[in-house]
Amino acid sequence: MATMPDVRKDGFRLSMLIYDTRYRSITLQVIFLGIFVIAAWWLIHNTVENLRALGKDFSFGFLTVRSGYDINQRLIEYSSDSTHARAFLVGLLNTLLVAFLACISATVVGVLAGVLRLSKNWLVARLMTVYVEAFRNIPLLIWILLIFAIMTESMPAPSAFRGENATSSMMLFDSIAVTNRGVYVPEPLFSRSLGNLDLGIFLVSLDLLAIVAVILGSVLANRKLLKTAERIQNDTGVRPVTWWKSILIFLAPLVVLKFALGFHLGLPELRGFNFADGTFLRNSLIALWFALTVYTGAFIAETVRAGIMAVSHGQTEAAAALGLRPGRIMSLVVLPQALRVIIPPMISQYLNITKNTSLALAVGYMDIRSTLGGITINQTGRELEGMLLMMLTYLVISLLISMAMNVYNASVKLKER
Amino acid sequence: MSDTHAQTVPFVRDTMLPQQAPPTSQIGAVRWLRENLFSSVLNVALTVLAVGTIVWIVMHIGPWLMNSVWNANSLAECRQILAGESGACFAVIRDRWHQLMFGFYPSDLYWRPILAMVLMLVAIAPILFDKLPRKLIWFSALYPFVAFWLLWGGSLWLPLAVIGGFAVGYGAFLGLSRVTGSVLALIGAVLAAIVWWVWLAAPVSSALQSAVSLSIRPVPSRDFGGFMLSIIIGVTGIALSLPLGIMLALGRKSDMLLIKAISVGFIEFIRGVPLITLLFTASLLLNYFLPPGTSFDIILRVIIMVTLFAAAYMAEVIRGGLAALPRGQYEAADALGLDYWKAMRLIILPQALKISIPGIVNTFIGLFKDTTLVVFIGLLDPIGLSNAIRADTNWNGIYWELFIFIGVCFFIFCFGMSRYSMYLERRLKTDHR
Repeated sequence: MATMPDVRKDGFRLSMLIYDTRYRSITLQVIFLGIFVIAAWWLIHNTVENLRALGKDFSFGFLTVRSGYDINQRLIEYSSDSTHARAFLVGLLNTLLVAFLACISATVVGVLAGVLRLSKNWLVARLMTVYVEAFRNIPLLIWILLIFAIMTESMPAPSAFRGENATSSMMLFDSIAVTNRGVYVPEPLFSRSLGNLDLGIFLVSLDLLAIVAVILGSVLANRKLLKTAERIQNDTGVRPVTWWKSILIFLAPLVVLKFALGFHLGLPELRGFNFADGTFLRNSLIALWFALTVYTGAFIAETVRAGIMAVSHGQTEAAAALGLRPGRIMSLVVLPQALRVIIPPMISQYLNITKNTSLALAVGYMDIRSTLGGITINQTGRELEGMLLMMLTYLVISLLISMAMNVYNASVKLKER
Repeated sequence: MSDTHAQTVPFVRDTMLPQQAPPTSQIGAVRWLRENLFSSVLNVALTVLAVGTIVWIVMHIGPWLMNSVWNANSLAECRQILAGESGACFAVIRDRWHQLMFGFYPSDLYWRPILAMVLMLVAIAPILFDKLPRKLIWFSALYPFVAFWLLWGGSLWLPLAVIGGFAVGYGAFLGLSRVTGSVLALIGAVLAAIVWWVWLAAPVSSALQSAVSLSIRPVPSRDFGGFMLSIIIGVTGIALSLPLGIMLALGRKSDMLLIKAISVGFIEFIRGVPLITLLFTASLLLNYFLPPGTSFDIILRVIIMVTLFAAAYMAEVIRGGLAALPRGQYEAADALGLDYWKAMRLIILPQALKISIPGIVNTFIGLFKDTTLVVFIGLLDPIGLSNAIRADTNWNGIYWELFIFIGVCFFIFCFGMSRYSMYLERRLKTDHR
């Protein structure tokens, strides 16, 4: 029987803190914690000292003070008598508005460009490559400024629309007017409006809520219809025809709602020196929206292309061997696999859009950075509080978006054995 | 069977027919056009649409570009030369070339940034291409100090004193490692270098300066501008963000709870806020966080913020590379008995970094594009200069030419970087697919 050599059972020595891997990580962390705490204390101490030297305190009380400045674009009621907190809210809504619009349009542009870049058509594929490379390699700020300059310098003034021989005319059956002041588009009006719902902070149009509710209901009904069709197919092997039922489910309630609410479009109309009626989209919004769309669209195009190329060719061939038609191959085999690759980077592009809306500063769009982070800070002299609040807001938006991404990732994760 | 067949068939050809020319629709340009442009109804429609788009763009921009005026002193003169026709006035680029390149850097000192730029190319060459002599790396290591001295001017003793810190640290390491173990010696060396930099470097350099004056004319940061500024911020940010990003990625993957928490917190915070807010923090708030009365250079603040920003993104990219490595690589490194740093340096990081090259270069490109944002805190990068040029009465109202020029310059830089990353990927490709 072999005897084990004696293991030296010394007690704990101080040098083991550095040389023994069991203790080293603890030592390192303690040192690190020390440095971290000292650094944090140093920063806070300096801040307190500096604030005292300037005779300022740290409080968010300025938010309840009358703001005293106007905001030219607002989604909710606001005047210069409103508080800074309300100005912050207006800015936040403006940020979210342009981010939302840009996310949708960038997705459309990006998916189209990505698919077309893979097209067998040589010319189209080259054209899309040029688009993607040009927009990915030139800073967004230049695009924003360029589009803003095009809008303000090259578009006709409202006066050009007037008179018998006007030099400019409105587009799409006199419904859209593109001027150097901004774009006028038809405005949705309801002659039998349901009024507004007062939420305390802002008003919500009940008409809008009704439309959203009806569309949601249609989606649910359609889903039920498709489920029934699938059950019948599983039972009998014959899939009932559903497409006209789907169309009916989506269209009929909306048509009914249109007449019930008396929905009609209020066209912009030239009156005096400017257009009246219609919804007025400022140049700053248009420039920011359009630039974010084409810029991020180029990135999304690359994401989509990579996602489609990531599905191996064998999958398509196997599906074809099973006798599926090309449309079915795309929707049942390729897309579900490609989406798993496409969606996560796509959501981080949405995150980028949201953060890039802060470039609104370049064109004077009143987003959260211009209201809270700009005028409010300048008027109240609360740089520290204002910047902290603004960073926190962006951080919350970003974390919410990444949370959505994590939920999605978990739901589509390959269920491995 | 077969011989009956031979007798019943009246004619059997025993020579090959001469080859026929393929049908004209199956060769050359016609075939290529049929296959690539007109293979189906949808394709024909797409082709028509694409040709229409190209024709529309050329019709609108072509004449304007063709009529470019390159020689004029003001927009009014340009318009006079064009005589009512539409045309670009690129004379502004010619007129303000130096400003767009160097900002308000003193014109008699232009040789300094140019020399720094040329030396930069020499310094990054051995990093980019591994066929060059390895000794050049020493010049690359020395280059930051040379560039700092050339660009900002002032006393040569200051960068030398900073380099001296490394010498002090190395000396302390050699001295201490005779007495104690290597880890303690390393800690001592770092402490010695820090003591030198914080307390001794400045007085020593000023003492040496007063003894032997080795200085060139100093240039203040507010005179920096144009593409010189973009390149300074971009290149410094790129060079610093990669190592910092690697450290953060390793920190995030670390087993040590505290280090992991700090890394995650840092990365998520930086990634969650726009760069503009960080730049505003650098210009507005930094004075709050520093001891009363201190202030430091605005370009340095911007570089720090841009570096931190890019490092957080870099960390995520590298973390992706680390996660993509098969677990067996980590286990193999452990089985070989390598310690953590050796395993990382020799086995894990070379592979993980190789996987993440496209992402890393994308981050670099993003960083370089983001240097344009410094215009918001009042630095005169090319976009800031374009505003300044437009404020001049001579060039009031000129937009497209400046934007096109700046855009093309950025395109060249960024496109060059992405092509290099493709070359690097090909060069480092070791699998046999």
